Amino acid sequence: MTASLTLTGITYETDGRTLLHGIALDARPGETVGLVGPNGSGKTTLLRCVYGTLRPSAGSIHLDGDELTALGPKARARRVASVPQDSPGEFELTVREIVAMGRAPHKRFWEQDTANDASVVDDALHRLRITDLADRAFPSLSGGERQRALVARALVQRPALLVLDEPTNHLDIRYQLEILGLIRTLGTTSLLALHDLNLAAYYCDRIHVLKAGRLVASGTPHEVLTPELLAEVYRVKAEIAVHPTTGAPTITYLPPA
Amino acid sequence: MKPATQPTPAPGTEPASVPGTEPASVPGTEPAPVPARRTGARPSTAAASRLRYGAVLTALTAALALAVVAGLSLGSVRIPPGQVIDALLPGAAPSPFRTIVMDVRLPRVLLGVLVGAGLAVCGTVLQALVRNRLADPFLLGISSGASTGAVVVLTLGIGATTAVAMPIGAFAGALAATVLVYGLARRGGSMTGTRLVLAGVTVSYILTALTTLVLVSSARPEHFREALYWSLGGLGSARWDALWIPGLVLAAALPLLLALARPLDLLLVGEEGATVLGLDVSRFRAAVFILVSLVTAVLVSASGAVGFIGLMVPHAARLLVGATHRALLPVSALGGALALVVADLAARTVASPQDIPVGVLTALIGGPLFLWLMRSRNAQGAVL
Repeated sequence: MTASLTLTGITYETDGRTLLHGIALDARPGETVGLVGPNGSGKTTLLRCVYGTLRPSAGSIHLDGDELTALGPKARARRVASVPQDSPGEFELTVREIVAMGRAPHKRFWEQDTANDASVVDDALHRLRITDLADRAFPSLSGGERQRALVARALVQRPALLVLDEPTNHLDIRYQLEILGLIRTLGTTSLLALHDLNLAAYYCDRIHVLKAGRLVASGTPHEVLTPELLAEVYRVKAEIAVHPTTGAPTITYLPPA
Repeated sequence: MKPATQPTPAPGTEPASVPGTEPASVPGTEPAPVPARRTGARPSTAAASRLRYGAVLTALTAALALAVVAGLSLGSVRIPPGQVIDALLPGAAPSPFRTIVMDVRLPRVLLGVLVGAGLAVCGTVLQALVRNRLADPFLLGISSGASTGAVVVLTLGIGATTAVAMPIGAFAGALAATVLVYGLARRGGSMTGTRLVLAGVTVSYILTALTTLVLVSSARPEHFREALYWSLGGLGSARWDALWIPGLVLAAALPLLLALARPLDLLLVGEEGATVLGLDVSRFRAAVFILVSLVTAVLVSASGAVGFIGLMVPHAARLLVGATHRALLPVSALGGALALVVADLAARTVASPQDIPVGVLTALIGGPLFLWLMRSRNAQGAVL
């Protein structure tokens, strides 16, 4: 399943402050789209508007033809999956139980999980290489193992749009590459907030850059990632070269003179 | 499939992966979808855990049956279990034993079953609702409201007999507290767990102060003693003609809560987590809060505020069968019933013929037992 995502004029205000100023961006069906920007630039706020824990003050979010903000939480969760930044707490659920929660939007409250649900869960556990952790208590996992379990839960939702806030957080480099590679192979439209610009350059089809709640650049990694943009948005000096092996723009940060 | 708009050679040192395929596998694991070893392993662990769950339910049910018979046979007058069974059979000849079993002990034991099961289930649900394992049914002001109501009735001398008037006053007080907490927690639109706890604790303090004020200004010192006894809880007032109220309420509430097991599970992963999994968290929480408050109000007006069951039993049940509510709620209910029937049995036998308030015993027996459970669990290296 896949869908196109179109945001127009998304503004978010809270306590008299405007955190997002009329953001317009899109993701075409099957694209992996990166959202980058410094801390506090509004990445998480924008993602929250898309996955529905915040309601934008103005603007619209369309998934294919449907206005997402008009959908109820359950209908939305059948089409949009995400990994929010808060982590499941102290209750001793097992990894399998947490991952299986991804079936909830497809179920009536009282409905039991079927063999089909179990095999969807098995498949996600396998894809994220956490089958061996299935019966472990979630709170006993390392940060990286938790992150993989939560991504598995998002896959179990079988969404048309995947919205991930820092999916590579807490992960060592092998799993960073593996998760981003996996997301690309899913064929699901994905919107990812990423800190690591080199990873964004390599794995994203297109990148949107946020600064202080405004969209300042959009395009392919080659178009967007320039020394001028990095100087303007992040206030760093950098050299950018096309890597001979990957063909992606590769950033080398230079120490301030 | 994803359009290959990017050149995609290997990230890092891994062999080249083509878009549209699984990421390259690590040496030693088959690239095939779900290795057979796993598919084979899963059903057997699932079967083992089902077996274990069945064993837990059977053991608890058997223990409860034993406790009920013991509760009917022991007391100031000992009745052999055989005679107890005889007395319970329909058409048994009238005898002093039959009168004691049927008219005195059976309603008391049944009230223990109902209140114990109800408090444990309400505790379990409230812990999920505010996502805190220290919550119990009385955290949200319900018992304080009940106490205030009961004490007002007591000191004003409303009603011919306090035995009838105090439960009614308690129920009214608990309802008033619920409305107050709900109103405070709902202000500003959404009801978060934190706001619910804050509102509950605040209302509790205010009502407790009010209760004390009413008692202190009462002209009759024996009110203190009566109020203290009532607030510690007890099953001594159990009567057949009042038993149907908690019975009916629980018969309706327990299946309903069991049907809500899935959304209750979702609450455990937090506001954001539950929302992105499709739950209207604020509305669900408000509805369940009202349901649980009503049930607790009914229980408290029947038995006083029996403490500790609603806090301890859910923990113990989680240690036994895990945190998912479909498994947890039945075990909580059985465990709560068992705990209260046993505690009440102790309350009326250890200092016989004197009745010790059962709330004192639930804490005295339950506390150390609970600590022991936690220690043995921690010794296995599990996270509590």
